[in-house]
Amino acid sequence: MSEASPNQPKHANHPDQMPEFEERLLLAERKDWEINEAVLQPMFKTGRGFWILVAILGAIVLWGLYAWGYLIYWGMGTSGKNRPVYWALFITTFVFWVGISHAGTMISAVLRLLKADWRRPITRGAEAMTAFALLMAGLYPLIHLGRVWKFYWMIPYPNNRFMWPNFQSPLMWDLVAIFTYLIGSSLYLYLALIPDMAMARDYTDGWRFKLYRVLALGWRGTEAEWHKLHRALGIFSVAIIPIFLSVHSIVSWDFAVTVQPRWHSTIFAPYFVIGAVYSGLSALASILIIVRRSMRLQEFLRSEHFDSLGKLVLVAGMAWVYFWFAGFIVEWYGNEPIVRELIHEEVSGRLAPFFYLQMSANVIPIILLVFKRIRTTPVLLLGTTLLVNVGMFTERALIVIGSLQRNDLPFNWGSYRPTWVEISIVAMTFAGFALLYTLFSRIIPFVPVWEIKEGRLRYTLRRIGRLLVPTAAEME
Amino acid sequence: MAKDANQSVEGSIRWALVVDLDRCTGCQACVVACHAENNMQIVGEKEAAYGRWTHWIIIHRYWEGEYPNVKARFMPVMCQQCTEAPCEPVCPVFATYHNEEGLNAQIYNRCIGTRFCGNACPYKVRVYNWFRPEFPEPLAEQLNPDVSIRTRGIIEKCTFCIQRIRRTEIDARAEGRSPADGEIQPACVQTCPTSALLFGDLNDPDSRVSQLAHSHRSFRLLPELGTDPGVIYLKGGEVNV
Repeated sequence: MSEASPNQPKHANHPDQMPEFEERLLLAERKDWEINEAVLQPMFKTGRGFWILVAILGAIVLWGLYAWGYLIYWGMGTSGKNRPVYWALFITTFVFWVGISHAGTMISAVLRLLKADWRRPITRGAEAMTAFALLMAGLYPLIHLGRVWKFYWMIPYPNNRFMWPNFQSPLMWDLVAIFTYLIGSSLYLYLALIPDMAMARDYTDGWRFKLYRVLALGWRGTEAEWHKLHRALGIFSVAIIPIFLSVHSIVSWDFAVTVQPRWHSTIFAPYFVIGAVYSGLSALASILIIVRRSMRLQEFLRSEHFDSLGKLVLVAGMAWVYFWFAGFIVEWYGNEPIVRELIHEEVSGRLAPFFYLQMSANVIPIILLVFKRIRTTPVLLLGTTLLVNVGMFTERALIVIGSLQRNDLPFNWGSYRPTWVEISIVAMTFAGFALLYTLFSRIIPFVPVWEIKEGRLRYTLRRIGRLLVPTAAEME
Repeated sequence: MAKDANQSVEGSIRWALVVDLDRCTGCQACVVACHAENNMQIVGEKEAAYGRWTHWIIIHRYWEGEYPNVKARFMPVMCQQCTEAPCEPVCPVFATYHNEEGLNAQIYNRCIGTRFCGNACPYKVRVYNWFRPEFPEPLAEQLNPDVSIRTRGIIEKCTFCIQRIRRTEIDARAEGRSPADGEIQPACVQTCPTSALLFGDLNDPDSRVSQLAHSHRSFRLLPELGTDPGVIYLKGGEVNV
């Protein structure tokens, strides 16, 4: 990474050291207390820029809440939906947020199981992204209800009418899956947080001390505690992977179980999952670049991490193209009249601008990410990953809004225009996500300190002859 | 759930509607009658143009041929009362279900407005109440007391005028008999000036509906989806309207 952190130690003791090893985080010559300080200090610095950002995001959230109140008070008619397009921007954004939430588990659970050490500094940022994106996604099933004040009828609770929700409905599967995933990922985030809460407790006073003392649950760092923590994390890593696969599969079945043309597709579940991983990993890269810059975490988030993350995005992107193509070509060859009509609308009709935006914004990043220079230059990587999410949002809009405009009986075809209410509420969830994340980064250590320290135990530089070789010790 | 076990049992009822497209002139009298009978809200020109009308019967109008030899074709499409209804399993709160007379019933009070049934329905005959219903005078004076007024935020659809079915059944039972064929008339059937609509029991082999259902002119809408609709269309001779 070109920009060197001012407090990064110079490796003057090893003049013959190879430059790429110098970049390795887990090999950096730092004392434990230096790492603690480097993680904790940015949390305490809340300058004017921070409060301006919080104020702007808070204002957008408040405006969105007003729009939601307006929607509830006047009725769903204040949104732009109409008869064939019964679901629109709300469901699109719902699918988008559920997709974003997938990268957190992908990074921390899968990579923890694979013992990929580059995950260590970015796991917490990824897990927090999962939890907050799910919170935002979870709002939409409420927002899009015509009678939101009756939402509790979807919850299975004993009542005098002996009415139970309909578990044949994919919306019920959604409710269960998202709730499970939210609880699972929050617990997973919190478990890995306990040792760092204890560390922060020992470094702070005032209200922070009181907060961290409660959150640390009396962690002292004994051998038994570490053993239990590792066991729990191991169980969670394995258990959360099926949940993470199921959530977006179920979201896809909201669409695929209907007979709506272009929705009724067997490939939707894996296609949605891989699309979620693609957009989630991209969002993670974007967020890490922004946080790294604003919190001056250059020391912890190095080019090696962005390089690996960029490769993962690249793989997910190629898989997405494969699944998209596998679905598209079968529908195109199938040549059913309405599906053909929809494909024509996309490729050369009214939906063509969105289709080509979607394809270019999803495919160009794959070409760009092949180059190491793009993966390791923060500004370029930020642009590339933001482009991916523009593409993925458009893709979801095309699936939800685009497909609904056409159906089996041509007299029922329609169109859709979003209203200010819908756009405000969508903006509210984007701002709400950013706000939660911003506040989180000042209260919770953004870099998992204990994971880095643990990783550092694994790596040493050994001299073999004249060569310095990094060696990894087997742990667990 | 959608499988109606009673359907094939002798003596059970399956209500059905026959729509003779050769007779239909597209006059929309059935739509007006349906509005009056079922207390449907009137959304106004602007909302209707945006696809937010609440008609339970939608007269599809298709053009056939090239100018100047253009023919208008009309097809009234109401809830098809499918045996295998795609709308039923997707409702999270059982607001729509299948009753024992083969009807696809909608419970307005139970509906929370996810609109999933509207997306699942291939005929798109489920309409949504986008705003609070308003009945300007003197329309408010003619509301049908047998039918509830639906609040905003819920889905509604054709019921085959279940209030008329029930009233006739109760009256007939009081007289110790079953309703005769043709005795039950939904508002649209009663109103149709060309008698293009006919209502009856499909499981009664002697009813006119079941005889017409076996006519060589009969077909169902989108049969390839396997929904087994209770609305039977008739289309045969070349009739210019």
